[in-house]
Amino acid sequence: MSEHSPGTDLRRSAPPLIFESGSPGRSGFFWPEEKGEGGEKIPSELLRDDIPGFPELGELEVLRHFTRLSHLNYAIESQFYPLGSCTMKYNPKVNEVVARLPGFSSLHPLAPPELIQGALELLYELEEMLAEISGMAHVTLQPAAGAQGELTGLMVIRACLRERSNPRRKIIVPDTAHGTNPASSTLCGYEVVQISSSNRGMVEAAKVAEVMDEEVAALMLTNPNTLGIFEKNIQEIAEVVHKKGGLVYLDGANLNALMGIAKPGDMGVDVLHINLHKTFSTPHGGGGPGAGPVGVKSFLRDFLPVPRILKKDGSFVLREDFAKSVGRVRSFFGNFGILVRAYAYIISLGSDGLEEASRMALLNANYLRKKLEGAYQLAYPEPCMHECVFTDRLQQRHGVATLDIAKRLLDYGFHPPTIYFPLVVSGALMIEPTETENREILDAFADAMNSIAREAKEHPDLVKGAPYTTPVGRLDEARAARKPVLRWEPAKE
Amino acid sequence: MRYTPHTASDKEQMLRTIGLSRIEQLFDHIPQSLRERAAISLASGLTEVKVKKRMAALAAKNATPEGWSFFLGGGIYHHAIPSTVDAVISRSEFSTSYTPYQPEVSQGTLQAMYEFQTLMCQLTGMEVSNAGLYDGASATAEAILMARRIQSESRRRVFVSRSLHPQYRAVVSTYLRNLEDTELVEIPFDRNGGTDAEFLAREVDEKAMCVVVGYPNFFGVIEELAPIQEACARSGALFVTVTTEPLSLALLKPPGAWGADIAVGEGQSLGVPMSLGGPGFGFFTCRKKFVRSLPGRLAGETVDHEGRRGFVLTLSTREQHIRREKATSNICTSQTLCALAATVFMATLGKSGMRRLAEVNVCRAHDAQGRLVKDAGLAPAFTGPFFNEFVLRSKGLARSQSRFAAEKIIPGIPLAPWYPELQDCLLVCVTEMNEGEEIERLVRTFSGD
Amino acid sequence: MEYPEGLKFTKEHEWVLVEDQVAIIGITEYAEQELGDVVYVELPEVGEKIVKDDPFGAVESVKAVSDIYAPVSGTVVEVNDTLPDSPETINDDPYGDGWLIKVEMTDKDDLKDLMSAEEYAEYVEQQKAEEDGEEESEDEE
Repeated sequence: MSEHSPGTDLRRSAPPLIFESGSPGRSGFFWPEEKGEGGEKIPSELLRDDIPGFPELGELEVLRHFTRLSHLNYAIESQFYPLGSCTMKYNPKVNEVVARLPGFSSLHPLAPPELIQGALELLYELEEMLAEISGMAHVTLQPAAGAQGELTGLMVIRACLRERSNPRRKIIVPDTAHGTNPASSTLCGYEVVQISSSNRGMVEAAKVAEVMDEEVAALMLTNPNTLGIFEKNIQEIAEVVHKKGGLVYLDGANLNALMGIAKPGDMGVDVLHINLHKTFSTPHGGGGPGAGPVGVKSFLRDFLPVPRILKKDGSFVLREDFAKSVGRVRSFFGNFGILVRAYAYIISLGSDGLEEASRMALLNANYLRKKLEGAYQLAYPEPCMHECVFTDRLQQRHGVATLDIAKRLLDYGFHPPTIYFPLVVSGALMIEPTETENREILDAFADAMNSIAREAKEHPDLVKGAPYTTPVGRLDEARAARKPVLRWEPAKE
Repeated sequence: MRYTPHTASDKEQMLRTIGLSRIEQLFDHIPQSLRERAAISLASGLTEVKVKKRMAALAAKNATPEGWSFFLGGGIYHHAIPSTVDAVISRSEFSTSYTPYQPEVSQGTLQAMYEFQTLMCQLTGMEVSNAGLYDGASATAEAILMARRIQSESRRRVFVSRSLHPQYRAVVSTYLRNLEDTELVEIPFDRNGGTDAEFLAREVDEKAMCVVVGYPNFFGVIEELAPIQEACARSGALFVTVTTEPLSLALLKPPGAWGADIAVGEGQSLGVPMSLGGPGFGFFTCRKKFVRSLPGRLAGETVDHEGRRGFVLTLSTREQHIRREKATSNICTSQTLCALAATVFMATLGKSGMRRLAEVNVCRAHDAQGRLVKDAGLAPAFTGPFFNEFVLRSKGLARSQSRFAAEKIIPGIPLAPWYPELQDCLLVCVTEMNEGEEIERLVRTFSGD
Repeated sequence: MEYPEGLKFTKEHEWVLVEDQVAIIGITEYAEQELGDVVYVELPEVGEKIVKDDPFGAVESVKAVSDIYAPVSGTVVEVNDTLPDSPETINDDPYGDGWLIKVEMTDKDDLKDLMSAEEYAEYVEQQKAEEDGEEESEDEE
């Protein structure tokens, strides 16, 4: 049956794969042949034949394909995304416009430094601005994402401890941490010691003291933690760690709660990373690119990755000759295009705007918490910062689980919260509205959630069968994992 | 305030709902000692007009190919990008969407990922591809870490060719530094500018974990892979190729056809702006039997309850959010939007367009190299075949700097900072963006006319 | 829930069927149900040694990985080679076709501290009750 038969809703159904459409000989690219076949200049035994199965489409066909695909996606500009610990705030348009200036987008990283002074100035200033916001002494912009920032930060810690005496063996990570924390620790050659949070959802200094010894290199903490709770004891905890010669690492994923409210640098933190695609508004892009700058206290400066940008007689120079440096963690200068967007965001908001952003993020989260606490069980009664965590405990009585609530939300036109994370909360629903949402949308979301809570009680099967209105229904993930089909292949004759 | 829609009355009503009267009460549980030092001392916010002015002023201090003639490659390439690419990746449905953990409302991203994986497999001739990594350098490091997971503990020696991109080698050494059982060995290059096969044949033994070579390598040379593959097969080492200019694979026999076990690289040249070297994306392809050891995300095909085809993120148990300290990698992004750009780029050019563009690169680069040798008297540093980059020796390179600056030409990348043995050597890259007139001026300026 | 007589059980929810010196090992119905659809199984190879109480493999669902602990020490003599192609057998028939490995035991005393079917049934009921109890009491907060 043709895709164009009556009754096929092209706006809501997936197009065929690019490999399944088109026609031999078609291309969306025009370039006349140039003198001499290029191939002749390379020995023929090094050349391939045509790429079998490669697409052959016209330009309009290509655009229709991807435009139709785009209609199958949720996105910030069409829907509210209350994803906890992801900070899905509005991605300002002006950032996109300036990042596309040829003076940024068409720069070559190996051009002589004197020909990229504007770029180096931007990077230098961004380092300083991020240092000021986080209360750290120095910042490197090289890491390509938060997880690479974590790895870089841990490498800095390892290099520092190695210089002091030995790099030590262990990293302490709370049970509420992002999965990247333990994964980065392993990659840096450390063993992970997990500690549990208290029944108030916080790490306790006494608990840290129990496992803190001369073999522990660092404690990794997220503040506010992934429950949206401020780790009040952080200064006391830092003291426990420092006393035994360890360092304190802060996962800055939740910095959006802290601007103008508390600086990590004042909390006893020695190293932190910042996710620019969260707090500093750069687009998520469906899973990257991001950027994960790392900030350190002054005693760790010499261990930062190279190259470092220094200001000398009014111009900017690149230096690689730091003997103690951990080395290079990414090619060139990191995700420069993302750094440009974050820079534009910071100068757009300025001090006042950044501080207001965090305040409104807290206001929105606390407002939603209040509106939902009747119908859903809060995981912890502690005051929340920029996000709050509920559970499906009340709905479980009717056989309705967090996954069902999440899928039912799709029918109401909302992206679900982060679900089943943090792992310490059974059936977690983690909600982070961000500051860029208005009161009306928060009300509408709360109404949807409360209505689903009613449905769970009165028509549990309705909730368990959701979603009903999405382009595809619940997908068979077990089938995908049992017999992985990871690429298209031409049909066998 | 910018981007926060709260009016005074919104704030008041919301606070009342919460049961508070002042915003500050929302965080009065935070220690006073922290709060009193928290003020941010930066400039005040700017209007959009002023933001654009400031950004334009910074941008104006940089040299772009609009004002300058670039002959720069070395891992980042200046190529024509069809307008379809930015049109698609600018769509907010792609750019402002989240990682597709909720497949019912992410089929756009997921299907594009699946198409990307297929395209990368076709281009590299490999069996499976992930959805993308940060960049070519970290993809190289991840390839070595994957080889480490696959190989037994008796194989912990990593052979990396000196003709591999120096920054990639630097990143690899950073990543491996803290894994104390793993040793890095550098393979020298020969007169062709390729990996020294005799050295390999001699040194690669039953302790070898993997052998890593550039294809084409940092000197632009199309490496002879058959002897390297043989050395790997004989000793049981895994054969890893790294490609920084994947456009070349539209024309060259791909890594898969040479028997590579893992083929990685940087994808920027496939439709992503140079952007000072980032963001681009790392690509990562390998044999199917290694799929459980693969780092990064994977999209896979499945069906919904009505039997409709759909795509999901799959084999997630490899990843950090489930396996934590035992994950195959700590990575949790896939540079998705850049990978999408590459998908649109390859779909637009298609089978014939990719080949044509690769041929034009070969044609112009060889033409320019010939002229520089014949008319400007420069000497080729190596004899191996090349794609769109080549190394020339030019005595007095340093002295001619000002001449090039006056002509607004950046003639290439001096290699001496990374290779002291290659004094006076310049890595010159010529793509379809370098018109004949530019090449004329390059030749003239080198000749000193 | 089924608790076949004649099997021995561990607290980590593995079962053992002893035939002379050989122990057949699998995971219990409770374990399989807690995990959900099994999509992948990681098993040792024939000839490998396993050590009592140490993990010797893993079963995976779509979103979880669960280590399998050795109830006894010994040498692997046979591996269920139908599982890579149809891991769902573990869900369909955990005590039969869904067995994992056969092990030649080094010390039959290893069996001493394992539970009988009756004891294991009680253990599972206790675990379930604990979970429910938790939920009930917290509900009242």
